[in-house]
Amino acid sequence: MTVKDTESPDTPEVSGTRAVASQWRLVWWAFKKHRLALISAWILGFMMLVIVLCEFIAPFDNRHRDSQYTTAPPQVLKLWDTDGEDGFQWGLHVDGYVSEQDPRSLRITYEADPNDRVEVGLFVKGDEYELFGLIPMDRHLIGPKEHGDPMYLFGTTTDGQDLLSQLVYATRVSASVGIIGVLLAFLLGIVLGAISGYFGGWIDNVIQRIIELFMAVPSIPLWLGLAAALPAQMSPVTRYFIITTILALVAWTGLAREVRGRFLSMRNEEFVTSALLDGSTRRRVMFRHMLPSFSSHIIAALSLSIPSMILAETALSWLGLGLRPPAVSWGVQLQDASKWSVLSGAPWLLIPGLAVVIVVLAFNFVGDGMRDAADPYKH
Amino acid sequence: MSAEAPEPILQIKDLHVRFPVQRNMLGRVTVENHAVSGVDLDLRPGETLGLVGESGCGKTTLGRTIVGAQQATSGSILYDGHDLTQLKNREKGRYRRQIRMVFQDPFSSLNPRMTLRQIIGDPLVATGEARGAELEDRVADMMRRVGLSPDYMDRYPHAFSGGQRQRVNIARALIVNPKLVVADEPVSALDVSVRAQILNLLRELQADFGLTYLFISHDLSVVENIADRVAVMYFGRVVELADTASLYEKPSHPYTEALMSAVPIPDPALRGRGGRILLPDELPDPANPPPGCAFARRCRHAEPGRCDTGTVDLVDGTRCVRRDELDLQGIVKAES
Repeated sequence: MTVKDTESPDTPEVSGTRAVASQWRLVWWAFKKHRLALISAWILGFMMLVIVLCEFIAPFDNRHRDSQYTTAPPQVLKLWDTDGEDGFQWGLHVDGYVSEQDPRSLRITYEADPNDRVEVGLFVKGDEYELFGLIPMDRHLIGPKEHGDPMYLFGTTTDGQDLLSQLVYATRVSASVGIIGVLLAFLLGIVLGAISGYFGGWIDNVIQRIIELFMAVPSIPLWLGLAAALPAQMSPVTRYFIITTILALVAWTGLAREVRGRFLSMRNEEFVTSALLDGSTRRRVMFRHMLPSFSSHIIAALSLSIPSMILAETALSWLGLGLRPPAVSWGVQLQDASKWSVLSGAPWLLIPGLAVVIVVLAFNFVGDGMRDAADPYKH
Repeated sequence: MSAEAPEPILQIKDLHVRFPVQRNMLGRVTVENHAVSGVDLDLRPGETLGLVGESGCGKTTLGRTIVGAQQATSGSILYDGHDLTQLKNREKGRYRRQIRMVFQDPFSSLNPRMTLRQIIGDPLVATGEARGAELEDRVADMMRRVGLSPDYMDRYPHAFSGGQRQRVNIARALIVNPKLVVADEPVSALDVSVRAQILNLLRELQADFGLTYLFISHDLSVVENIADRVAVMYFGRVVELADTASLYEKPSHPYTEALMSAVPIPDPALRGRGGRILLPDELPDPANPPPGCAFARRCRHAEPGRCDTGTVDLVDGTRCVRRDELDLQGIVKAES
């Protein structure tokens, strides 16, 4: 110690844990107080699980089609049986269907048949698949013990596909379109916004005019035009990536503006000057010193812009201009529910719409919670 | 320090810094503010040169130009045989390590998302000079030198008081072993009690590392305490340059006299002897400097016809045409 008269640095004003807490820990502490956001985060976590383990979670394969039961209503999953032939009996099961044809409209309706017991099990053998595209497996989280028995917890579609399995597959597609699209948009937005705000001058001018150009183009006709220009026989995977890119190209401008504003207001802060004087390159100053200081805001913005992306994809696909069968997304699924004549007899076809609402709300709540928590020093 | 004026470590020659205010349609500057207009200043090795003046007089701009945070419009800054204003980006790095800056605001000058380890070590990391264990050792060593415990290395700035943060700032400036430190109002954001500790720290480090300070401040009592020589700036020019003792005892520029009269006198018995000189609130327009002495319009000794024409040069350390005729009042001292 060369200095004797220090102002007792042994007692920093803030108590231990808080003083060493990183930015992210402080954000997490603030975020935890936001109940709704926390619940939403759990929902999104579950959604991620569904995206990753979709083949395992879905009872049936994507292509599974049961022409015997088209537009069958949802079944109720039961733990025990009281009205079976053998009286009270434990065991996970659903009731089978009895079909009945209306003599005048010829419409077939299904009803639960308490006497037809379909045994349901966890981790049962079913359709074969490859987990992560690598590991060959045939176990499913839930399914009928006897392969081929009807177990349609969310009912079936007009084509006789299991709505639950379809929904699980659609979640993977729709949610990942939103997430990947937003990441693409953010990459563009952050880099261009940072350059624009940091350098200013004519560079800023050029980038801002480009952004205005993009903003001036009405997004729905642009989507429609671009999507309609895609050849119909394109493979679902290519189509998926092109649709994602189209959505991202429309969405990056808002974020670029936000990032630019932040850089503009921050570039004259003393810590930026001192980072430059420390010998950092400009790129290092921008992306190591400046960007991290509002990364929590960026994540909040990210979370808040995923819903619009998901909704855009859903709308496009619903209109038949986005993804098309055999690819399944929420929008593709909801196409089924667009006819009143179908919907009146099969309201369960709206379940994918419910999934859209829940996921969109969850992203919004998490984004809100992040935004409030992003500035731990203001409290 | 040494009386016979050794070879200066830094020489500022006719330095001008102008900021564009307005441009015409072709992008050519039509109106510009003169922040620094024609400063000549030598820094002697090992000394502390105080730079004082009211806010807006260009002292911070001068400091920022020396460390390279601000582009000079014309003139030169000679250091080690090189003109710092003409350096290419590549060469700048070397001199940036020898001339460092301590910032005024201990809050905005530390990145709130970085630990002390990252902040203090950043100059070494950014240039790839040290990493891993060596980096940690040097940061810990530097923290000890400025009176911070290395145990706090992984804490964030928000856990520290203003004085401690300023120690962090000093540590970051000194970790690359500079020769010259530009301290821009390093203590003006601090409590009076903490101020003395930081000033003592700066003095000790100066002795230990053989540093030269350019100490920028608006607080005359702080400068009197630490500086060997004092340069008084007004309106982008140095109007008086003298040894601290003689300047405070007997200023030779009316502006310096006015500054001295504004220093609070701690001893009530002495109050009222000097008499406060109130300056009219008329700073000249920096975009359109007046002829003659820039201070003439506010000066109580100004003579029309002499003071407001031509140019006034710095002669014998004073930029005043009436320097030999005036008998100006310094700081009122007890028993003097």
